[in-house]
Amino acid sequence: MKIHEFQAKHLLREAGVSVLPGLVVRQPDEAAAAFHEVGGHVAVVKAQIHAGGRGKGTLLGDDAQRGVQLVHSATEAVQVARRLLGHKLVTVQTGPEGQPVRQILVEKGCSIARELYLGIVLDRAAARPVVMVSSEGGVEIEQVAARTPERIFREHFDPVVGLHSFQVRKLCAKLGLTGPTVRSAERFFKSLCHVFARYDCSLVEINPLVVTTDGELVALDAKMTFDDNGLFRHPEIARLRDLDEEEPAEVRAAAAGLSYVKLTGNIGCLVNGAGLAMSTMDLIKLHGGEPANFLDVGGGADTQQVTEAFRILLDDPHVQGVLVNIFGGIARCTTIAAALLEASRQIGFRVPLVVRLEGTEVEEGRRMLAESGLNIVTADSLTDAAQKIVAAVAAQA
Amino acid sequence: MSILVDQQTRVICQGITGTAGRFHTRGCLAYGTRMVGGVTPGKGGTEVEGLPVFDTVEAAVAHTGANATMIFVPAPFTADAIYEALDAGIEIIAAITEGVPALDMVGVYAAVHRRRARLIGPNCPGLITPGACKIGIMPGYIHQPGSVGVISRSGTLTYEAVWQTTRAGLGQSTCVGLGGDPIVGTSFVELLELFEADPQTEAVLLIGEIGGGAEEEAAAYVRQYVTKPVAAFIAGRTAPPGKRMGHAGAIIAGGKGTAGEKIEALQEAGIEVADSPADMAQAVLRAISRRRDR
Repeated sequence: MKIHEFQAKHLLREAGVSVLPGLVVRQPDEAAAAFHEVGGHVAVVKAQIHAGGRGKGTLLGDDAQRGVQLVHSATEAVQVARRLLGHKLVTVQTGPEGQPVRQILVEKGCSIARELYLGIVLDRAAARPVVMVSSEGGVEIEQVAARTPERIFREHFDPVVGLHSFQVRKLCAKLGLTGPTVRSAERFFKSLCHVFARYDCSLVEINPLVVTTDGELVALDAKMTFDDNGLFRHPEIARLRDLDEEEPAEVRAAAAGLSYVKLTGNIGCLVNGAGLAMSTMDLIKLHGGEPANFLDVGGGADTQQVTEAFRILLDDPHVQGVLVNIFGGIARCTTIAAALLEASRQIGFRVPLVVRLEGTEVEEGRRMLAESGLNIVTADSLTDAAQKIVAAVAAQA
Repeated sequence: MSILVDQQTRVICQGITGTAGRFHTRGCLAYGTRMVGGVTPGKGGTEVEGLPVFDTVEAAVAHTGANATMIFVPAPFTADAIYEALDAGIEIIAAITEGVPALDMVGVYAAVHRRRARLIGPNCPGLITPGACKIGIMPGYIHQPGSVGVISRSGTLTYEAVWQTTRAGLGQSTCVGLGGDPIVGTSFVELLELFEADPQTEAVLLIGEIGGGAEEEAAAYVRQYVTKPVAAFIAGRTAPPGKRMGHAGAIIAGGKGTAGEKIEALQEAGIEVADSPADMAQAVLRAISRRRDR
């Protein structure tokens, strides 16, 4: 689960990580009061959407307006707020249609001496969290990793113990931080690692992490992502979820216990099991088609879930055909076939449907589909299924 | 021969009184697994499917001599169940449960490796030595005793591979579902080492997916240490970056963990990679005949 920058900064401030004073604004007129309240002569107005790349992103239809802007007066803050709020911001991560800006953060400006990078992730190979820092702040870490990997420094830590002081000193030495900044870093780095472990994060990223002209470390940006599996023990974090920022079909699928990811093709797929679902997408592509989605109905898919899955697939106007691929293990093919038939009776199909069943009680399941009188094409192998659905969709065009 | 489990393996089920634990205990018993008991705190002294239920794993081990466990307890309690199994000296732990917090696994992983026990999973179908011992939720009848060692990060995709190798007449020595989470107890590399040493195993099939670098590590290991033919399939060539594809661990993060990188690493190590999930058994046969020709 992702949260907004202003929410992340609130959590960080509570945990003792240094962030700048800032206020969230949802109406343009509120920006004036926010400008005065955060204090100072300069403020930064930042669009709050979940996608990254906001600073370089521009408004849909107005390339001159960026998602993060410097303002020098309350009047200017209101002007910028008016331009951003209610408009769509296009960044490298939003896609060309952009993402509507519903709230902005008005934050006090600061004088920057250096920009650094700090990220905490779970290092899967080491089976431990790792802090990564780099002297290349404000640049995407992937680019640094590709071009100058020697400028990234890492320290692993135990989530229960946290980061040791000596590890902070090692990182500071490599970043060239000295004197009072090292003391600032001790608190900053340790608090961030504590936050990561405390809230079951999967990512905490501060980019840029700035050294002010006073030698203090400040989180100029903040990105936090949480492990969905850990949310049950953090209801206060789960409440921060902003459904407006998520794909509606994915939200709907999750509510039905389905795992769904929307893609850009025209062949919908309904599969049991995540690995098989991914492979089915690959198979469609291999045979010249384009998958419209990833959809795993899980091991014990019942009629209700299969029906909802079909509804979600068919609500996507791009879908011109559906491939069902089921390997019946514990879930029997007959159960799945009955669910398919019931679902197709309830919904009615506007597009070709190809079904490939294999596994437990497969003969009986196939017979049920064949005798149903419904317009279902059965396939007897994976390859056959992919070829049939690709051909059926091509025939419509 | 086989790896990890055989007819002598004595298995308990942690969470045996729950719906899933009870259902799959019955399935394992029907397959012929030596199920010897179960554990549910507070339900000690009762019976499930004719098996004695204990309050603690320690008591279950003392009374039954169990050396393996399958865990069906809910995700918030899974780490504790694994620690309890370790503490009781259980050697093979299969954690089937899905949804375990990743940070819980940091401590579990370290504890398992200190103890030299084997943890399979979490979020996995379990493991099976066909005809001898099934620990987990896979449909038993698709398997056939044979020569292919199967290691996979997936569930139903593994069944697909198993079914293909059964129909191709190859059969399986042992099949292990590693689990779909970012941190799992056992890696491809650890099992490749066991399969390489197992006389029954003539070839190994690796089934990987996007996310992490486990397949790349496997490729490096195969290149250096494995003499047996190895085939592979990687799911997720069409998966978009930054999106979790069902499994918690199946995500291309920061441009890393793509199917393309993994396939390239596997091919460079001389591994036969199937292009299509329909082609997994054929890839094993190609790997075997290529090795024979050398």
